Amino acid sequence: MTIKKKPVDAVIVGFGWTGAIMGKELTDAGLDVVALERGAYRDTSPDFTYPKIVDELAYGIRGELFQRLADNTVTVRHNVGDTALPYRQYASFLLGDGVGGAGVHWNGQHFRPSPEDLMLRTHMESRYGKNFLPKDMTIQDYGITYEELEPFFDHFEQVCGTSGKAGNLNGTAVAGGNPFEGRRANEYPNPPVMDTYPATLFAKAAKERGYHPFPQPSANSSRPYTNPYGVRLGPCNLCGFCERFGCFLYSKAMPQTTILPVLMKRKNFELRTRSEVLKINLDSTGKRAVGVTYVDAQGQEVEQPANMVIVAAFQFHNVRLMLLSGIGKPYDPVSGEGVIGKNFAYQMMSSTSVFFDKNVPINPFIAAGSGGSQIVDEFNSDHFDHGPHGFVGGAYIIGGQTGGRPIQQLAVPPGTPAWGAQWKRAAKDNYLHTTNVATHGSVMSYRDRYLDLDPTYRDSHGLPLLRMTFDWHDNEYKMTRFVTDRALEIVQAMNPKAHSTLIRQPGGHYDVRQYQTTHTTGGVILGTSPNTSAVNRYLQSWDVHNVFVTGASAFPQNIGYNPTGLVGALAYWSAKAIREQYLKNPGPLVSA
Amino acid sequence: MSSENTPNQRREFLRKSLVIVPAVSLSTSAATMALSSESRAADAQTADVQYEPRYFHPAEWAFIHAAVDRLIPSNDDGPGAVDLGVPEFIDRQMQAPYGHGAFWYMRGPFKTDGEPTLGYQLRLTPRELYRAAIAAIDDWCRATHGAVFASLDELTRDAVLHQLESGKAEIATVPPSIFFTTLLANTKEGYFADPIYGGNKHMGSWKMIGFPGARADYMDWVGQYGKTYPLGPVSISGEKA
Repeated sequence: MTIKKKPVDAVIVGFGWTGAIMGKELTDAGLDVVALERGAYRDTSPDFTYPKIVDELAYGIRGELFQRLADNTVTVRHNVGDTALPYRQYASFLLGDGVGGAGVHWNGQHFRPSPEDLMLRTHMESRYGKNFLPKDMTIQDYGITYEELEPFFDHFEQVCGTSGKAGNLNGTAVAGGNPFEGRRANEYPNPPVMDTYPATLFAKAAKERGYHPFPQPSANSSRPYTNPYGVRLGPCNLCGFCERFGCFLYSKAMPQTTILPVLMKRKNFELRTRSEVLKINLDSTGKRAVGVTYVDAQGQEVEQPANMVIVAAFQFHNVRLMLLSGIGKPYDPVSGEGVIGKNFAYQMMSSTSVFFDKNVPINPFIAAGSGGSQIVDEFNSDHFDHGPHGFVGGAYIIGGQTGGRPIQQLAVPPGTPAWGAQWKRAAKDNYLHTTNVATHGSVMSYRDRYLDLDPTYRDSHGLPLLRMTFDWHDNEYKMTRFVTDRALEIVQAMNPKAHSTLIRQPGGHYDVRQYQTTHTTGGVILGTSPNTSAVNRYLQSWDVHNVFVTGASAFPQNIGYNPTGLVGALAYWSAKAIREQYLKNPGPLVSA
Repeated sequence: MSSENTPNQRREFLRKSLVIVPAVSLSTSAATMALSSESRAADAQTADVQYEPRYFHPAEWAFIHAAVDRLIPSNDDGPGAVDLGVPEFIDRQMQAPYGHGAFWYMRGPFKTDGEPTLGYQLRLTPRELYRAAIAAIDDWCRATHGAVFASLDELTRDAVLHQLESGKAEIATVPPSIFFTTLLANTKEGYFADPIYGGNKHMGSWKMIGFPGARADYMDWVGQYGKTYPLGPVSISGEKA
């Protein structure tokens, strides 16, 4: 027996960053809004308090804050035609759960994309010619420009209290910031988090190589700060328990520390936790959503009628919900037709442990998930001439570390056995003297890399899991080799006693057992045509106009940067279009 | 502070390792081993209450001690896994949600002949993996060396561990390298995790490497370039060193 709830103006599926942003914006517009979150309620107190939260085993290794894969995961295969197997244990990517979602246990690395990232196909073809892109590379333009999004990047940074140094203020170059960034209307709301010692060593070496390192933009507040909503954040103390953890200091921007203190008090807003949406319901025409069906904490099926559905879960879940609801044509890799599941992409990392002598005290535990590190952006996006190198995309190079948590982050020099007396001596001798230099790189989209429903494996409700068909392409192997070689030149200039590098090489496969990033993208991509994209430039479904899909599922290919800055900006951009255009005249905001 | 400043403790570790080695070498049966390893665990904990395993059987308990003692041995550099209560940590993890695979996706079908890069595909939870693997390894050790693993000398135990690690051990019931990877990961977890989980007694590993543990407050230190952080560790429950 399905329980039927009173209709509301808008229902939000998932209550992480974009669910909170949409909740705030739509209640600002006077709408009655219900948000449905399948996980539990979480807040700084009692969930992220000191000292409970600084427990590496519980949060960093066992994943206390992550979505339980027991109930729902994805399956993975490398190629069309292979049998996919379930992602049974966490390693490669770490899904969020509960209020705040992955916005609780992120690092706070708060970048904007480069202007050319948003019009990548047009940009690359015009600079390098149409034959430069591999035939099976399906990258697209976003259909939105950096200039259009600039006020929304800016606003999200203000909300987060982001710390950093501008490199381009209204077209004027500013020393000390990123010389490659797009125009910024404003300086960051907070100055950079202070560099850690290894970040200064990296920056010095990078400058010797002629690069322009700058402090990592960080959604960890560097000083006491009150955001535009009147919510206060406190300064980051570089505790070293950031990514994989909640923040006990109200320093890391999370929905809880930026938006929820205002939103949760509103009479026209209701949050229902432990409420898992199974389906978006359509009317008999299939062109209009009438609400959602979810399972509540008691296991009862509930129907929530709504005039508008905001799909604001994590990227994978957004794609799956669209497929389960029959909205938009599923992508077919053989014909290349269809849109839902299309252009799944990821990111590609390399990581170098840098070992110094005993007279160089790195103190690796003095660290933040973001902030305190330095970035070299010379080899990201199209900041350099790709012509001689024959690949698309790039990576930023980062020097510093996010913590010295010994189970996960202790490294030993190359050639050390994995156990025994030699391992122990190496751990003892090197722990205080080791830092990290990593590359954080883009992954393009391809015809044969996509998401669909798995034919075999099911979730705890008996519904099919999402299936990922993904492996690295040569373009990405070339990208990571090129940028990693540049990173290693900087490492050499840091004059360490040894280093060891983890890099993906041709002949290998995407390996779910190695952490990469949690930045999976695509599957409900935005674009300029319903034939090649699932949502229009306002994140509105081309097929069902009262369904909007936020998050990184909208990215037509992945960027080298961390995605949250773009995810937040796109949500604010979409909310503005809903408030100023859609509510007055509900219907397609872009004619197909 | 670092272990260089605690000579008494290091001598204590060394003494314990000297007690341990003959016990392991001379034991001939699993039952004998279990008794000696229990007394050894009690010795390692000195003032702490003796821990009685709640999941592992005596023969398994002996195996765990004999294995983790080689993965992180006790020596002059600092405490070993047995000194720091890693067997207790692993036994306690077997009762925790982790041991039951509670957070893992454990629905079938289970295809174990897939690409290794697609990750763990066994139907075994960690506690089932330990039970199946230890029995199989002891059988194999009996067949090849004439005694269970815990009764072998250090060099032979190291050789067996290397064969498990490389997957060359002839164990039919579980893939040996998967068990080895799990055992090594759990051993390092027990060695480095906060002491509330039963390992890392008195923060011994943190003192050895210089990790301040749960201090988590470095605003005053971030700008002190070139200086070693001076304070010893604290634990979640408030223990200080």
